[in-house]
Amino acid sequence: MATSKRIVLRFPRRLVDRPIVSRLVRDYNLDFNILKASVTPEEEGLLVLEMSGKQDDYDKGIEYLTKTGVQIQSLSQDVTRNEERCTHCGLCVTVCPAGAFEMDTSTRKIKFLDKKCIACGLCIKACPPRAMELHF
Amino acid sequence: MAKTVEQINKKIKEGKAVVVTAEEIIDLVKEKGVKKAASEVDVVTTGTFSPMCSSSAYFNIGHSNPRIKLAGGRTYLNDVPAYTGMAAVDLLIGATAIPDDDPRNRVHPGEFNYGGGHVIEELVAGKDVRLVATAHGTDCYPRRRLETWINIKDLNEAVLFNLRNACQNYNVAVNLSDKTIYTYMGILKPRLGNANYSSAGQLSPLFNDPYYKTIGIGTRVFLGGGTGFVTWQGTQHNPGVPRNEKGVPKSGAGTLALVGDLKQMNSKWLVGISILGYGCSLSVGIGVPIPVLSEEILEYTAITDDDIIATIIDYSQAYPNLESDNLGEVTYGQLRSGQIKIQNKNVPTASLSSYSRAVEIATILKKWIQDGKFLLTEPVAPIPGADSGVTFKPLKERPLEG
Repeated sequence: MATSKRIVLRFPRRLVDRPIVSRLVRDYNLDFNILKASVTPEEEGLLVLEMSGKQDDYDKGIEYLTKTGVQIQSLSQDVTRNEERCTHCGLCVTVCPAGAFEMDTSTRKIKFLDKKCIACGLCIKACPPRAMELHF
Repeated sequence: MAKTVEQINKKIKEGKAVVVTAEEIIDLVKEKGVKKAASEVDVVTTGTFSPMCSSSAYFNIGHSNPRIKLAGGRTYLNDVPAYTGMAAVDLLIGATAIPDDDPRNRVHPGEFNYGGGHVIEELVAGKDVRLVATAHGTDCYPRRRLETWINIKDLNEAVLFNLRNACQNYNVAVNLSDKTIYTYMGILKPRLGNANYSSAGQLSPLFNDPYYKTIGIGTRVFLGGGTGFVTWQGTQHNPGVPRNEKGVPKSGAGTLALVGDLKQMNSKWLVGISILGYGCSLSVGIGVPIPVLSEEILEYTAITDDDIIATIIDYSQAYPNLESDNLGEVTYGQLRSGQIKIQNKNVPTASLSSYSRAVEIATILKKWIQDGKFLLTEPVAPIPGADSGVTFKPLKERPLEG
């Protein structure tokens, strides 16, 4: 069974200069698409990946990453919508490159499809009432 | 079948008035026809919720001991400058005011995280706001410095005072240039990357009374979650623009000036906002009831998004340079479909105005009227109509030296 998931990897300082992700391809037959990569001033690495492959390989790959000391988090926890602040104007709809906002044609409210979110952060400052929050 | 406001108010008091929203009336007219619908329905409620920059609030904070005259000095509310050029302790804060030390667009696009709109929202929410003032001191108002928390419940008057709200129509904004631009209509991507619009369309107050036959000075309205009144036509009122066969203006036309007691409003309907690269503002919720005085008036309220036209304007060139060029017209029906065609290109659309909040406002207002809590008003005087000759003129610059 094939699977494809978006995950956030955090590399502690001691792992930042080591080749780790490349082994996912070589040893675990996994494909990945890098959505975001950065190194913060504290020299912690952050990588947002879409990782796909056979379920079995995927699980082994995750196990390998965990053993190296990389922290793994599901992407949907990183960008959230403050429902109190959102006014459902819909300005975010065309700002999002991943199509994660959609107008519900019956309620005319804006749906946030966090599974489509790639955590690029473009919506954060584009939202007039600042309802979108990034938790990296 | 002509009814009067007085007759409708009698029915409201008796709990017998038939009230529908400007959205519900559309299907009702399709089903029953104008004649029957007009005889059955007494009031149609409208709504809009959108950024409205020409909004402000004024207060009287009461006298300190010893007294201070804020006028002539500087007064800040949560670091946002307020206007004090009036009597001693009256002050006004505008929705777009920003702190003196805000970096603005020095690093473009500026974030504009906090401004006058946010101060108004926080006051309405009952939060304490920091007032810091300096003044020159006089014999009768000797104090020169004041630092205090203020709270809306302690203010003598707290009034929402909006010079221009509820615009009858608005541009569709696009960007023909090769770089992203940051406008009050939102982020506009290069080469027609998106098209942003801002109207509640078929629910918007002035689209439902396009010739201002029932809405005028003195009209009682839903304002910011409480009640308010129309005080005048809004600034830039421009009723003489071209209209379609249903009387709907094809570009910006009528506007309303509104006033209301801020103390009975709610921060759900007055939301401080930050517009990237542009500035701060306030999103305002407004609802206007339309008394169905005749079949003609009912017919206006049955307007649909497919009947309402907006003009597409390039905000990279035509808008900033006051050029009259446009890129064509679209209906709100097309805009709401999520995509329009401009120069043979499919362009995704987005709205600044919240349609779902507009529905909510029209529904609340309907409930208020059904419950007998909100009576309709007859205008004290009309606002200038399509034939009034009132126009919105550009500035005629006259160089000081020349």
